[in-house]
Amino acid sequence: MQQENNAKKSRRDFIKKLSIVTAGTLALASCNSPGFDEFLQGNFKTLSKKEIDKIIKNLEKKYSTKYGKEFKVSAKPAIDGTLFGYALDLSRCIGCRRCVYACVGENNQSRDPQIHWIEVLQMNKEKGIDFSEANAQYNPDLVPEEGHFYLPTSCQQCRHPQCTTVCPTKATWQEPDGIVVVDYNWCIGCRYCMAACPYGARHFNWAEPNIPDEEINPETHYLGNRPRIKGVVEKCTFCIQRSREGKYPACVEICPVGARKFGNLLDPESEIRYILENKRVLILKSELNTQPKFYYFFGV
Amino acid sequence: MNFLRFILGCFKIIFSGSRVYFAWLFFLLMMIIWGGSGYLNQLENGLIVTNMRDSVSWAFYIGNFTFLVGVAAAAVMLVIPAYIYDWKPIKEIVIFGEILAVCAVIMCISFIVVDIGNPQKFWHMLPGIGTMNWPASILTWDFFVLSTYFLVNLTVATYLLYCYFYKKHYNKSIVIPLVLFSIPMAVGIHTVTAFLYNALPARPFWNSALLAPRFLASAFCSGPAILIILFQILRKTTKFEIKDEAIFKIAELMVYAMFINLFFTIAELFKEFYSHTEHLLYWKYLYFGIGKNTELVVYAWSSIIMSIIAFVIFLVPKTRYNFFTLNLGAILIYSSVYIEKGITLIIPGFTPDTLGQIYVFVPSSTEIHTAVMIFSLGFLLFTFIVKIAIEIIFEGYSIDSLKIKKTKQYIDEKELTSINN
Repeated sequence: MQQENNAKKSRRDFIKKLSIVTAGTLALASCNSPGFDEFLQGNFKTLSKKEIDKIIKNLEKKYSTKYGKEFKVSAKPAIDGTLFGYALDLSRCIGCRRCVYACVGENNQSRDPQIHWIEVLQMNKEKGIDFSEANAQYNPDLVPEEGHFYLPTSCQQCRHPQCTTVCPTKATWQEPDGIVVVDYNWCIGCRYCMAACPYGARHFNWAEPNIPDEEINPETHYLGNRPRIKGVVEKCTFCIQRSREGKYPACVEICPVGARKFGNLLDPESEIRYILENKRVLILKSELNTQPKFYYFFGV
Repeated sequence: MNFLRFILGCFKIIFSGSRVYFAWLFFLLMMIIWGGSGYLNQLENGLIVTNMRDSVSWAFYIGNFTFLVGVAAAAVMLVIPAYIYDWKPIKEIVIFGEILAVCAVIMCISFIVVDIGNPQKFWHMLPGIGTMNWPASILTWDFFVLSTYFLVNLTVATYLLYCYFYKKHYNKSIVIPLVLFSIPMAVGIHTVTAFLYNALPARPFWNSALLAPRFLASAFCSGPAILIILFQILRKTTKFEIKDEAIFKIAELMVYAMFINLFFTIAELFKEFYSHTEHLLYWKYLYFGIGKNTELVVYAWSSIIMSIIAFVIFLVPKTRYNFFTLNLGAILIYSSVYIEKGITLIIPGFTPDTLGQIYVFVPSSTEIHTAVMIFSLGFLLFTFIVKIAIEIIFEGYSIDSLKIKKTKQYIDEKELTSINN
């Protein structure tokens, strides 16, 4: 067994060395441009602390020059003993879409073409939660409208996410605190995850994302809201750059009716635990066994 | 060295031919350039120039990919009777099925490459240098089986031609195991491609155990249909030989595939429409439309109707043994399967999307351009290899043909020097 392991290891070492040599030759040929470094960069999960630090430094420099602002790119790992959960009060939501735009601003989503991580669906009160009756394009002067209720959707942060299973490159995974993230540098843009997601939570950069310099949020996380590139998939990360610093996600803060609740599922004193204990909750498409950590409830 | 000479011979075959041959090459080249302009546009601006969006995130490209996997798999349709039942009339044409498979796989992979957002990062999914998500991701399986299938068919076709070229007998202990291996591989590539869609609970339209069997049945209809027509064209225009008997035998085998294909379709339609669950939504969109959205209805019905007519034509011996009706049937079944795989399989999987929203997808001009580019490239490659195969197998082109020319050249030079002297 030991021997077998050694053999395997040496083979892997050989392949590694071979790829390093090839990479080195190629790098030399291209005069060590930073773009080429980025091209050869490995999967985030396989990088050492040192490599990550170097990459982050380069990224901060690149973004600062591009947007003319001091940038911070964090790579803060999950905090032990945290498992983030979310709850949304369907009886309070009025469908104002403030969360949608707070999310766009906080998470540097492309303005043109438009990407929204949150989609608010207008539902028919008589039909209940029925997606075939849902309307995402509602546009009245005043919400809420007679006979309707609103169901905001975004990544449901499943415990059994199918999007990560189908990814051919391991470019997306679930972090120890339960957040499903994407390594934008590693994603090849095959969009298999989008076909696999039952909640329409994954979005693709069909073109080069476009954000005005004055609207860019320079407080970023590597696996979250840092500026994206053309041809990669992105999604809600529970505002990883905020939640790992102990703050609420932007959508929770902005909600004018207090319909959005967020917290640590492992902390018995947390707000999210209180809701699970005292309200009856439901999850979307429970028959698919994705086991979301995003709950809906009726608070009043 | 021997192999180099073989390659040299192949090149000589490719670059000589009739005017019609060069006109055909010129036409394909023009098509590649015309289509390529669209693909360049996509490379520059991103996939935004396609009509795919978040709602319908896979569409025309992936549909074509699926169809071509079927074409590639169908080479087996010819291999099974030829080798298992040792049926001679088909045996010598098996190689053309394999060549078709090789070209179809190249087109498949091309359709995947044009569909992904960052094709230059393709190496991320390779084992060793990348982080291949094997065995969890079916896409890695698909890549694996497609490349293996490609290599097996390429090896067999090249080896057979190489032996013919050197007028040697091929080594049965090399060819037979590889050919036998390619049979389960052919079933494998289409099954795995079906599994790609099949096991996504998010998409009820595909989430049926019948998907893989349906894929195989339809592939065994469309692949031989192409070959039936192709063999007749080659028989008329080159020295390629095939007996009518062999063509009719292929047609007879296709009847079974066509029946099973229709039967599976009906079985699936019955289950969906009679049980009338929420999953009916996608089928409703496909066959009747939802509200004003009836974009796919005409395709869905024409595919079914063409499939039925073709089945009747192939079933009745009188029409099967008549080349006019036989070809009509072949064109009908080919079109039926192309529409089914290219249009009515992928798009309704996404319409309505997972949140019930309807985004109407119609391929953009860039997508048409790019598809034309890939098909023309595939045809070009196929033309080259088929020409090599025909000249080597049926026109006696061999190593001697190279030598004769050399001696001739030598004599010419000798004459020249003697004249000069």
